[in-house]
Amino acid sequence: MSVAAPLQADARTQQSAAPVWRRLRKSMPLKAKIGAVIFGIFILIAIIGPAVAPYDPSATTTQTQAIAPNIHHLLGTTSTGQDVLSQLLVGMRSTVVLGLMTGVIATTISVLVGVTAGFLGGSADEGLSLFTNVFLVLPALPLLIVVLGYIRTGSLLPVAIVLSALGWPWGARVIRAQTLTLRNRDYVLAARETGERTWRLIIFEILPNEVSLIAANFVSTVLYALLTSVALAFIGLASFSGWTLGTMLYWANSQEAIQLGAWWWYVPPGLSVALLGMSLVLLNFGLDEIGNPRLRDGGRRKIKGARWRASDPTPVIREAL
Amino acid sequence: MQFLVRRLGFYVVAAWAAVTVNFFIPRAMPGNAVDSMMAKFPNIQPQAEKALEAEFGVGHQGSLLHQYWVYLGNIAHLNLGTSVSLYPDKVTSVLASTVPWTLALVGTATVISFTLGTLLGVIAAWRRGGWLDRALPAFTLLQATPYFFLALLAILFFSVDWHIFPVSGGYTLGLQPGWNLSFIGSAVWHSLLPALTIIATSMAGWMLQMRNVTITTIGEDYVLAAQAKGLSSRRVIFTYAARNAILPNIAGFALAIGFVVAGALVMEIVFSYPGVGFTLLNAVNANDYPLTQGIFLVISFAVLFACMIADVVYVFADPRARTRQAY
Repeated sequence: MSVAAPLQADARTQQSAAPVWRRLRKSMPLKAKIGAVIFGIFILIAIIGPAVAPYDPSATTTQTQAIAPNIHHLLGTTSTGQDVLSQLLVGMRSTVVLGLMTGVIATTISVLVGVTAGFLGGSADEGLSLFTNVFLVLPALPLLIVVLGYIRTGSLLPVAIVLSALGWPWGARVIRAQTLTLRNRDYVLAARETGERTWRLIIFEILPNEVSLIAANFVSTVLYALLTSVALAFIGLASFSGWTLGTMLYWANSQEAIQLGAWWWYVPPGLSVALLGMSLVLLNFGLDEIGNPRLRDGGRRKIKGARWRASDPTPVIREAL
Repeated sequence: MQFLVRRLGFYVVAAWAAVTVNFFIPRAMPGNAVDSMMAKFPNIQPQAEKALEAEFGVGHQGSLLHQYWVYLGNIAHLNLGTSVSLYPDKVTSVLASTVPWTLALVGTATVISFTLGTLLGVIAAWRRGGWLDRALPAFTLLQATPYFFLALLAILFFSVDWHIFPVSGGYTLGLQPGWNLSFIGSAVWHSLLPALTIIATSMAGWMLQMRNVTITTIGEDYVLAAQAKGLSSRRVIFTYAARNAILPNIAGFALAIGFVVAGALVMEIVFSYPGVGFTLLNAVNANDYPLTQGIFLVISFAVLFACMIADVVYVFADPRARTRQAY
């Protein structure tokens, strides 16, 4: 780390500027870093994508065949002459926005329900837990198919709300369990003794200790929204007035891109979803490791040159006299 | 025992919720079964509308509460009405011909995926840092890939290019469904690729959870005590660490079954497999409310039933659950 040395010296002088960020960056596991970078790139594409798209994604030409990538169309065209790269750049925004929107709404509900149930306990907990568990076992995708089959809307918000309505219970359960263990900790009891109000206890004592859990929950909700919305669009249950990664795949499949061998048409959107999903999974790997120290190191250690695993008996080493 | 009784109470509430959601969905949506029937067959005389309303149970039938009561009665008598898109088939007979397909394929694939994933998870934790453990992120990549995309690629390579498996459907067209060797052989043959894709995408989740919990369990004192007794590493892993690490996986099974069903629905649509998912999509697209409701109901109850089985298994696996209060 000789290269990093001047940077660290620099960091010390600017410590007050962004201490949390630097601490996070230093303690973040490698997997989480890779995930964060890939996810950041996708966010960037979502922001600037529609502005830099070279063509109108819906504009067709008179051609009847999909054209392979060339200098004019970097990712080729569809069989009606639409530019695949432009579709990808425009579609990325709706898909990412839908995912984030669902993540925010669903996580908010999870936190509200989970913390309330866990902190209040008693009959409020019983009722809310029952409510959560019922939502958890209602099969989400069939319900989504039924509901979205009837409301086909062009805007993202209604879809995000429907996805959130079925995506929150998992997180609520986890957060409730964590709140249950936190609320009887000594520092919370002490704060309660000093006469702090319930909302202050929740916001300043409980929530800061659940940040990593909430973040992990947010990430998995975004992943759920991403995969579910793409799957729903693929089976034809979406509005086809705009472009998303899901509608791209729907058109590619319904116009037989796979049978025609037009890989440039279906691989870019499919791979984008896979990469986006992978970045979220990696982020969650990292958050897991932050929350559970035992998962952190590689587990393989060498003691006196002999390989040792955590599952092996403690090695007994005879020192040379 | 108290645990099971309380859980049973929960399932009653959950079943009631599923039934009620199912009751309100078509009523909150525009149009009804008669409208879509009239649209489907333009040569129906307008006078027939009353007869159809009576048949599908729509139109003016008193208060919502009364309708709800009638609806509950119908469900209790397994009277789910008549399908619009497959008129004049009863919804129950449509279900009878589609449910076995889904159940056989998805059930088998799920059990294989769970067993294999759990076992590989233990091995990954045991041989931590070994090749299986390091390959785990690659497995999870499969999980992050949209299922249908993977399935389409599988069809492209295995069926279209290499002709190893059939492209779609549940059995060779022209065969008469029945309990004879050629039909069953054909059905098994057609189910292999769908089953493999389900296993490939769902296994990583079980594996990851099992690995993480096992690694955490290996650090416990009682595992250390077992090692100190001089038991073999294999015995310590499988009968001490994994024995307890599997509990969250069983509990997770009940919760994940919904996701499994979801994946299976998409699978059927991609493979044109003659199960409930494929039929559900067709019913939704045809505005076939009675069939849609019937399928949703069957899926809900199947999920609840699977959760119940997981609960019973959990009680056998975890002695604490027999005395502890239900969650």
